Parts: sequence; C-alpha cells; structure tokens
Amino acid sequence: MNNTRMISYREAVAEAIAEEMARDPRVFLMGEDVGVHGGAFAASKGLYDKFGPERVRDTPISESAIVGAGVGAALTGMRPIVEIMYMDFMAMAMDSIVNQAAKVKYMFGGRAQVPLTIRTAFGAGRGNAAQHSQSLESWLILIPGLIVVMPSTPYDAKGLLKSAVRNNNPVIVIENKSLYGSTGEVPEDEYVVPIGKAAVRREGRDVTMIATSRMCNLAASAIEKLSAEGIDVELIDPRTLKPLDMETIAQSIAKTHRVVVVNEGHNTGGFSNEISSKIMDHCFFDLDAPVIRVASEDVPIPYNSVLEAEVIPAEKDILAAVKKVMAF
Amino acid sequence: MNRQMDAELLIDHFQTMLRIRFHEEAIKKLFAQGKIGGSTHLCIGQEAIAVGVIGLLKKEDYIVSTHRGHGHMLAKGGQLKPMLAEILGKNDGYCKGKGGSMHIASIELGNLGANGIVSGGLPIAVGSALSARMRKTDQITVVFFGDGASNEGNTHESMNLASLWKLPVLFLFENNHYAVSTEISRSMAGSMAKRAAGYDIPFTEVDGNDVEAVHFAAEEVIDHVRSGNGPFVMQCNTYRMEGHYFGDAMVYRTSAEVEEWRKKDPILHVEQLFRERSILTADEIASLRAGIQAEVDDAVAFAENSSQPALDSIFSDVYSEWQ
Ligand SMILES: Cc1ncc(C[n+]2csc(CCOP(=O)(O)OP(=O)(O)O)c2C)c(N)n1
Ligand SMILES: [Mg+2]
Repeated sequence: MNNTRMISYREAVAEAIAEEMARDPRVFLMGEDVGVHGGAFAASKGLYDKFGPERVRDTPISESAIVGAGVGAALTGMRPIVEIMYMDFMAMAMDSIVNQAAKVKYMFGGRAQVPLTIRTAFGAGRGNAAQHSQSLESWLILIPGLIVVMPSTPYDAKGLLKSAVRNNNPVIVIENKSLYGSTGEVPEDEYVVPIGKAAVRREGRDVTMIATSRMCNLAASAIEKLSAEGIDVELIDPRTLKPLDMETIAQSIAKTHRVVVVNEGHNTGGFSNEISSKIMDHCFFDLDAPVIRVASEDVPIPYNSVLEAEVIPAEKDILAAVKKVMAF
Repeated sequence: MNRQMDAELLIDHFQTMLRIRFHEEAIKKLFAQGKIGGSTHLCIGQEAIAVGVIGLLKKEDYIVSTHRGHGHMLAKGGQLKPMLAEILGKNDGYCKGKGGSMHIASIELGNLGANGIVSGGLPIAVGSALSARMRKTDQITVVFFGDGASNEGNTHESMNLASLWKLPVLFLFENNHYAVSTEISRSMAGSMAKRAAGYDIPFTEVDGNDVEAVHFAAEEVIDHVRSGNGPFVMQCNTYRMEGHYFGDAMVYRTSAEVEEWRKKDPILHVEQLFRERSILTADEIASLRAGIQAEVDDAVAFAENSSQPALDSIFSDVYSEWQ
C-alpha cells in the first residue's frame, strides 16, 4: 500500500512537472509567468529554483508563439510542457493548437510526432467575467489529433499530467482555477493515471451522473443529499474527454438506465452534448428516460457573482435534473 | 568586382535550380491534364533563394517552409519521386497522400514542413531553434516567409521571441511582391528592415534572383546565426512568375511587369554567368538540362504509377502510439 498525504491540486501539478523534468531531460516548461513568479495560479511554484531559467522559461505574452514553439521543439526531440494562463487566451493560440500541433502527424503521413503537453486553466465561479471564465473544451474535442484531459482531484491532476508528458501526442490538460486550492490524498510513490480511463467516484443503482472537473465535486455533494431521499446515484468522472471512456459509461447505464450529464460548458455546443449523443449511439436501448443535461446558460459569464451563479450549473440544477430523470 | 562562386558549386546549384524549375513545370502540365486534384503553389522564378540559402546548410539543420515550398524541399535533399507522388496524392508520397503540396515535410531531411497556414511555421522555427540550443547542438533553423506572412501576428511574436532568447533562427523573407493579388505596397507599412531593427535583429537585403548574391549574403548570415549571435532577417527580393494558383487570371498585375521580371529569370542569369566565365558551353548547358528533364520525367512516371492509398489509411497516423 502506498503512503499517501494530503496535498493541494496546485502542489500536485507542480510535483508532476518536477518529477517528469527530473526523469527526462527533454521535458521543459514554458509560459507566461511560470518561472520566477511560479505561475498565475502558483502551479509551477518552486520549479524555477529547482531547474533554472533554461528549463523553466518565462515567455513574453505571445500565446501563438508559445504553443507553436512547443510544436517545433516537440518535432525535434524535446517534450515541452507549455502553459496557456487562462483557457480563454487559447483563442490567441488556436492556429498553433488546431492547425499545427494536432495536424502535423497526419499531414506528414505519420512521419512525425508531437509529444507536447499544453496546460491551461478554466472555469467560472470566481468573478472573472466573460473573458476569463470559459469552459472551451468542446473547441478542442472536435479536433482529431488532440487528446484532452480534465482532472478534478489532486490525485488525477498529478497522474494525468504525468501521463500527458509521457504521451507522444499533443495532450491538453485542462486544470480548474477553482480547484487549485483543493486538497486530496496523493501517494508519495510514483504513479500515473492512464489517459482514456474514467473513474467511478461513487456507485449507485438509480441514475448515472457524468460530471467533469469541479462539476464532479459539486455533483458528489448533491448526490449525498439525494441519497438521504433514497435516490442512489452513480457518479462518473470521465477524466479524459477525448478519447472518452464509453465503456465505463455504458456499463453504468446498463445498470441504472437513467443519465444526467453535468458540464460547465454552454448548453449549446458544450461538452455535455457530446457525451449525450455518444450515449444515444451506444446506449439507446438501455435508456428509460432521455439524457438530462445540466450546462451553463447560453450567455457570456457575467461579472456580478449573483448573476454568474445563475449562469453556471449549481447544486439546485443538479438536484432538479435528477428529479426530472427519475420522473420517467 | 563581385565575388564569384566556385564554378563547380555554381554548376551544382544550377542543376538544383533546374530540378526545381522542371518539377514545377511538370506540375503545370499535370494540372492541365486534370491529374492534380488539389491546390499547389509554384515557385517558378524563386529558385535561386531556396538553392542559394539551403545549399549552405548542413543535413542536420532545419528548414521550416511555406505553401510555396517545393523548391525548399528539393534544395534540402527532397527526392523528385516522393515529391511528385505526394502532389498526385499517392501512396509513395512523402506524406502517403495525406498532406499534398502544402504539407510536404521530412523530419529526417530536416524539413519541418511546408505549411498551409500563412505564417504558421514561424513559431515552429522558434521551437526547433530552442530545441537545438537545449540539446546543445549547433543546428540552425531557416524559416521562409512571404511578404503576405510578414503582416501576421505570428511573425512578430516569433521575431520578438527569437531575438529575446538569441535563438539560431534565420528569418528568410521571400518578398515575391504579391500575396495572392495584393502587392506589397498595399499590405506592408514600414519595411522589413525597420521591423527587424525594432526587434534588434540584424538585417540584410539581396537580389533573390541572383544565386551568387544570395549565396554570399547567406554565407555571412548563417555564420552569424550558427555562432550563437541570435537570429538574422534576410530579405530576398524576387517575383512570383506564375499565378497564385492554377488558372489565376492575374488581373492585379500587367503583363509588362511580368515580362520585365522574366528578363531577370534566375536560371537564365546563371547560364549567362556560365557563358561570361566560360564555365560551360551552350551544348554542355543543353545536356545538363536534358539530364534533369529526364530525371523529372522519370519521377512523373513513377508518381503516376504509384498506387492510391488504401481507403482504411484514413484512420492511421492520427495519433502516435501511446507510451
Ligand atoms: C492564415 C492564412 N490566411 C490566408 C491564407 C490564404 N492564402 C494562402 S497563400 C496567401 C498569400 C500569401 O502570401 P505570401 O506570404 O506573400 O506568400 P506567397 O504566396 O507570395 O508565396 C493567402 C492569403 C492562408 N492560407 N492562411
Ligand atoms: Mg508573396
């Protein structure tokens, strides 16, 4: 049995980077304020002191060049980790991500590889308003060639990041700004979390709830309330959004026959739609009710905290969704 | 008196330029025959730049190319057969028919890829230069970009970063005066010289249709870059002799202008030097031409006979194997 200790999500991220950099000299980190400052969310704290400015590189504010340089370095024998401070700023780097990183291997007939990790932070609920709060994962999952992971616990934040760095493809690790301070048990010993494997967070008979990132934690507390009312919800954290672990999801639905999907992306075009349509593809005959989605309203994220809370999924929305799906 | 290139090297460069020219002419013909399904951009008239610059690189050096990149690839050691097979979308192509003209690449040859995105390659070049430095090699990266690309944000982000980090990048500005229909005076404020100065990058400008001028300028520039002094911007002025795409009516320029540039054809210029310096006779030139034409004809036949990729190949090469 591993010795574990409680550490924060941000410490888990920093540990993962430090371990991978120590293990493999080809790994390095670059991004805005990741070095001396230790990252906008302190997720690379201590790394600059440990590895120096050559391997922990502060960059100018040039998102496209940061990611594109990551592609060039990855094509030529390095294994870069690049950071886009807020996921919203990914818009500035979209060509380098979508047209370069994701496509190079295929366009070159397989005769190249891009072992690039792109870390970024997303999520509303912090009064950051419309340009610093978005859940843009559905922009990414539609791009063949990318792998997309979204950890909700310190354990997964560390283990998935380590897998990402070791993966020979561009992997986007979407961390959650609101979770950096959260703590959880993380083994002292070396481990990785495999890409493409969902986690069943809680077993249950009545409803399968699939929830991503912070929504998974929100769902967990809602589920305890439902349990008191006699509704037994199984909670699945996909952890990897692309490729999605449909096997775990389908197994659960075969048991519960009812599904609620919770994701912070917008109602229209958000990641909840992708999960629900995959369920239609794979599990239609197992369903006793339509898939109920809990997603953000189709409006930009407002600044005012009361308004913001109204836009993004809240516990009451999750409770209502479960009641709705149980009514069938 | 201008410096003169060694006769043998000049003959060598001449042959590479011919190879590029005849390759492009072959594509024109294949296009007219309806055998090319996709888009290709020809570099006829710009051969001296690719050959003059890349001719000075080591095998391990990198180039990052553009949508008009056939010449770059052939100068970096690209072979005619897989080039033409790729352009015909065939299995034996450099990219197994999945990339086509705009994505020809060979990591082995140090070509990190043509690019369908104007300016898409500049950040990649910063990365390969950074990688070379981190791996402690003396590899340099030459990134080609056009007058059109010079106005993209990527170009500025990349010049800034390369200068800031003193990376071994040669920014090779191929000014062929047009971006599709837009003449440079209608797209570029200031000048590349001033832009380079703004980023504290040394700059030089040469006649891109004169392979000797390109060669000697590039020699100094490459030496600077390889010696760890940081990036350099080299502007080569040239002209795109063909339309932007096959069938371009070219309403945006006069035929008089095109004819003026035809007189400055970089290949005819070398032939002129051969005569002036009594390096090759007309017969010898003709026989060199015939030899290269035969190579290209052979490659066209190879490409036409290459098989179609298998249908299920659409699913391979999306991802690398996971460790
Ligand atoms: C980002 C982007 N914008 C526009 C285009 C369409 N396009 C392809 S080539 C081209 C002109 C590029 O001009 P320049 O950089 O001077 O290169 P040249 O074609 O002259 O070699 C344009 C606009 C593109 N491929 N990518
Ligand atoms: Mg141009």
